[in-house]
Amino acid sequence: MPGSLTRDAITIALVTGVLVWVLPLIIGTYTLTVLVIYGMLALSLGLIWGFGGILCFGQAAFFGLGAYAYAISAINIGESTLPMFLAVLVPAAFAALLGAMMFYGRLGDVYLGVITLVVTLILFKTVNSTAGPQYAIGNARLGGFNGIPGFPTLNVPGLPDAYIWGDGYFYVCAALLGLVYMLVTALLRSSFGRVAVGIRENETRMSLMGYDVRARKTVMFAIGAAIAGLAGALFANWAEIVTPSLFSLGQSAEIIIWCIVGGLGTRLGPVLGAAGLAYLKFLLGQQALIDNALVTGLVLVLFVLFLPKGIVPALSGLWNFGFVRWRLPGHIHQRRRPRGRERTRNG
Amino acid sequence: MDLYAVVLVEMLYGVASLVLISAGLAVVFGMIKVINLAHGEFMMMGGYATITAVNLGVNVFVAMLVIAPVAVGLIGLVVERLVIRHLYGRLVDTMLATWGLSLFFIGLVTMVFGNTTTGISTPIPGFAIGDYQVNGYNFFIILVSASLLVVMLSVLKGTRSGLIARGTMQRPDMAAALGYNPDRINMATFFCGSALSGLAGAVLAPLVGLVPTSGGAYIAKAFITVIAGGPSLIAGLLSSASLFGAVNQIFTFAISPVVGEVALLVAAVVLLRVLPKGVTGTFFKGRP
Amino acid sequence: MDDVALETYGLTMRFGGVIAANRVDFRLRALELRCLIGPNGAGKSTFFRCITGLQRPTEGEVYMRGIETTGWMPHRIASLGVGIKTQTPNVMDSLSVHENIWLAARRFHDLREADRKTQEIIELLALGEIARDDLGRLAHGERQRVELGLVAAGDPWLILLDEPAAGLSAGDIERMTGTIRELNSRAALIIVEHDMQFIRSIAETVTVFHQGKVLMEDHVDRVMSDPVVRNVYLGKKA
Ligand SMILES: Nc1ncnc2c1ncn2[C@@H]1O[C@H](COP(=O)(O)OP(=O)(O)O)[C@@H](O)[C@H]1O
Ligand SMILES: [Mg+2]
Repeated sequence: MPGSLTRDAITIALVTGVLVWVLPLIIGTYTLTVLVIYGMLALSLGLIWGFGGILCFGQAAFFGLGAYAYAISAINIGESTLPMFLAVLVPAAFAALLGAMMFYGRLGDVYLGVITLVVTLILFKTVNSTAGPQYAIGNARLGGFNGIPGFPTLNVPGLPDAYIWGDGYFYVCAALLGLVYMLVTALLRSSFGRVAVGIRENETRMSLMGYDVRARKTVMFAIGAAIAGLAGALFANWAEIVTPSLFSLGQSAEIIIWCIVGGLGTRLGPVLGAAGLAYLKFLLGQQALIDNALVTGLVLVLFVLFLPKGIVPALSGLWNFGFVRWRLPGHIHQRRRPRGRERTRNG
Repeated sequence: MDLYAVVLVEMLYGVASLVLISAGLAVVFGMIKVINLAHGEFMMMGGYATITAVNLGVNVFVAMLVIAPVAVGLIGLVVERLVIRHLYGRLVDTMLATWGLSLFFIGLVTMVFGNTTTGISTPIPGFAIGDYQVNGYNFFIILVSASLLVVMLSVLKGTRSGLIARGTMQRPDMAAALGYNPDRINMATFFCGSALSGLAGAVLAPLVGLVPTSGGAYIAKAFITVIAGGPSLIAGLLSSASLFGAVNQIFTFAISPVVGEVALLVAAVVLLRVLPKGVTGTFFKGRP
Repeated sequence: MDDVALETYGLTMRFGGVIAANRVDFRLRALELRCLIGPNGAGKSTFFRCITGLQRPTEGEVYMRGIETTGWMPHRIASLGVGIKTQTPNVMDSLSVHENIWLAARRFHDLREADRKTQEIIELLALGEIARDDLGRLAHGERQRVELGLVAAGDPWLILLDEPAAGLSAGDIERMTGTIRELNSRAALIIVEHDMQFIRSIAETVTVFHQGKVLMEDHVDRVMSDPVVRNVYLGKKA
């Protein structure tokens, strides 16, 4: 196992390197940066939903919390290093509390969906209504629906005047996405990750084997929130303003759509889904004929109906099939023993 | 004294509007276990149907009570045939697909009507209770909600289709085994649910400025009212709407409308955590 | 206290008006093998779920090796060293046989030991040929065998099996009997079963449930020939 983890790390680093070199030749780095950030956000949900089996309708809450935590602390502190850490920690702590409340109450999927959705809405409404000057945290006025502009953006750690922007900022975001991707890979290879997949498959069985499902789901949920929070901070730096729309249901819906389209249960799928759909949205935004929401909605419906597994699993299935056929004729038949008996279930 | 009367009316109005908002979703969820996240957009389209009809010279009450429900019901029928039909029994997938539909309809309405606010004026004037001005239209909403509940109850309890519906709710497999075509029941249910959504959107339209994204304001409230209500259709609807309506109005009066909304949502989270089976799943098992 | 694996006192479970388990006093010695029998609806599975923490009993107490475990969550009970198989099959369908058993082994062993244990269980249950197949593709008998492997992988000292032989072929049952004997050398077992042939071949003492109560508890031969027990079964089934 450790050997293949090293190999994975090298592959990820190489692929990231090549993409960072090639893509700017095709798409501007300003647009690419936000695609990378959305990729990270999608990965956060892809991890907890696709591997942890936790259906969260409010991943945008952690994205927004990360962005606001960054903006508020950056205004108060005056530089970006500590705020970047806070942007990861605050959403993670919030998710740990929320997750503990939900998972220790043994709530089913639908309830999880409702509660995460409602919590997002609560955050949205609360932040949206903080327009007056009396709503401030330290020196940072929350600004209600206008949001918070004008906070210090990312600087080189220890050098508050050395801002990172433009192409440099794109490289930082891409490197961070590569790093997060590697960490997620390592997590999924670890015992914790394998147990998480077991829990996704059958909670009852895992608890009958002695695993504390509630605690593990809570930790998984918090890890997802930490990644979403990091994406939020990066987004804040890119947009140079944070607004309540980060918390909106529309944002949550989009994250879910990225994961579905790209493919749940894969790491690559959500990242590609996010980048692809966000780029499509960017292209659609340049014309006025067809509405954006109409296309996004239609894509989601069509995928749920016709390709519920998403693009990446479908493609890799095709690839394996073709590859195996071509390389090893008869391989499939050797591996699977013929089974005449119908499987019966009692219940 | 007058203040109490006004608070009482506001309270009733809060409950009534929650019942109205949630009824369509409750019927569809209670009967065929589909959570229609496009419910808010169905309401929004009910509003647009009303405004369009009124602009064409139709009487406003006819537009609200007849045209909007039928129009949205038909849209629901198309949606059921094209999308929902393939997803029965897959709760999460129906939620995702209907979320997609919600975005689709927002986009569609934006393309047809534009992204501007439209509206119609309330057809009933306000009047005064003592020193306080009350909105006369609130009484109309209370009336519509109350009649809606009465009609639903008498249909479920007193008619043959109601009996079939209740049977299907409890044991869809048995209803099918007894020869009732589940396909037709599903279609009919989705039509009725959508029509109710359309009606709600139409009746509430005069109170709000209508934009294509208006549905978002309703869906969360409807969703939590239905889920918190639990398995009994009418008892659940009434009990959770009363609870949330009261909480909402009390905090609105005491502090501000925003705090009222937030209090409602917090109450929902707490309630779901404490009673994961919903109010009626915990207290009144087995009533419609 | 150490020679008692499991005790219950006055264990009662009500569902509304139905009393599914009614003041059950039960005692199992270490390394004992006990079969629970009784007609459908007698309350065997309910009793079983109350012991395993899948349901919280309305009244009564449960002790395992002298520790009170009433109302504990299943994972805490399992962590004591209790292996559990529910009536309905409970496995991770989209994972391989190897992965399933590894997950069970990993709970109680470090990485290296878990790999070794997994191999051991796969050999014990003769699953080597299908070790890399997903559970969802396996036949019912194989799935039951894997689930027994999940139970065994934690080296339990108390094993609770709800209808392990249901739906198995004669050959599968024979193999299962062997495995159960082997497990019994290290653990006490409670087995809920219907198959009389199977019960005769493994059990000495049998507890009969009827309408939520313990009707009788005695040697298997005496139980089988008891007129009251015959009546209970014939009255319900036949
Ligand atoms: N969750 C439940 N809710 C209501 N009644 C139940 C529940 N579980 C079991 N029962 C009832 O308890 C009785 C005992 O059932 P069970 O323990 O499954 O019997 P057995 O396993 O002996 O066949 C039955 O009458 C059954 O209907
Ligand atoms: Mg049973």
